[in-house]
Amino acid sequence: MMSWRAIAAAALFAAAPALLAGEIPPDARRSGYAFMGPDTRAMQEDDTSNPGMLFVLDGEALWAKKTGSAAKSCTDCHGDARSSMKGVAARYPAFDKALGRPVTLDQRINLCRANHQQAIPLPYESHDLLALSAFIAHQSRGTPITAGDDPQAKPFVEQGRALYMQREGQLNLACTNCHDDNFDKRLAGAPITQAQPTGYPLYRLEWQTLGSLERRLRSCMSGVRAQAYDYGSPELVALELYLMSRAHGLPMETPAVRP
Amino acid sequence: MAALINVPSKAKRGDIVEIRTLTSHIMETGFRHTADGNLVPRNIITSFTCRYNGAEIFRADLFPAIAANPYLSFFAVVKESGKFEFEWIGDNGYSSAASASITVE
Repeated sequence: MMSWRAIAAAALFAAAPALLAGEIPPDARRSGYAFMGPDTRAMQEDDTSNPGMLFVLDGEALWAKKTGSAAKSCTDCHGDARSSMKGVAARYPAFDKALGRPVTLDQRINLCRANHQQAIPLPYESHDLLALSAFIAHQSRGTPITAGDDPQAKPFVEQGRALYMQREGQLNLACTNCHDDNFDKRLAGAPITQAQPTGYPLYRLEWQTLGSLERRLRSCMSGVRAQAYDYGSPELVALELYLMSRAHGLPMETPAVRP
Repeated sequence: MAALINVPSKAKRGDIVEIRTLTSHIMETGFRHTADGNLVPRNIITSFTCRYNGAEIFRADLFPAIAANPYLSFFAVVKESGKFEFEWIGDNGYSSAASASITVE
């Protein structure tokens, strides 16, 4: 009897896909949407009540607007975003061969501005940068996330995972302590989610505006009383890349609405 | 500024239709201070008006406690085809307008 159980347990372990300790198995991964109340869900689902769509509209106008000393618009190179940008955000942060490191969608927009439009980069969290990235990421709504699949990005995924597992701040907490070990519980009345970044940039009711994943990560870091990494720092990009690879297969929701 | 308007494109005469409007505005309350102690001046939408074929059918006054990007929904009885015109007026001479058409059968 005992040996049968041992064999069954061994077979179970053998059948399970290779997961690292503490990792959420693919079929148990849930977007932050699954943790929200019915009102916030309804707000996200209806494009005429989702305030993130206002930024998507602004982004659509910016996409077609000529800018910089090259007087080029995004349309001049990329054409209609509806086809050319479909599925792109689901692959970001993506490895850039010239730079030899991964870049976020925001950084890619600014690289395009610098190299092809000869325009000044847009500041992080500025209305125009958020509007453009929301418009681009919106074209991938429903596309399963595949970021981090590129073998060249693997060392950076590993760096992000190490940061995710590392305790920091005066509260001495790592991301994993809440988002792997304690999701579905509550922190000061708010549900703790699995930290699956499916809908960025997203509209947070608390912010009363759209915000990037980096802004979200920085507020978590101040929450544990740690010194937050600067916008665009290699550490934040690596964390963003790890989180996206961790959400592998979940559909994009941009622009999501979160409390 | 960007606005999202939801008015059904078609309706039967006498129908009650729901109109939903969402507009982008920061709705700065005028009660907040910057890190160096200066008051951030109030910048809100103060008034919203909806006209149906020129006649005012809905008006709302907005106040500092209303969140950014105000969302307003209301109902109207439609008697004839025509146009709904929306206008948002606010501090610092802010003004924004949008419109939507409806066909009544």
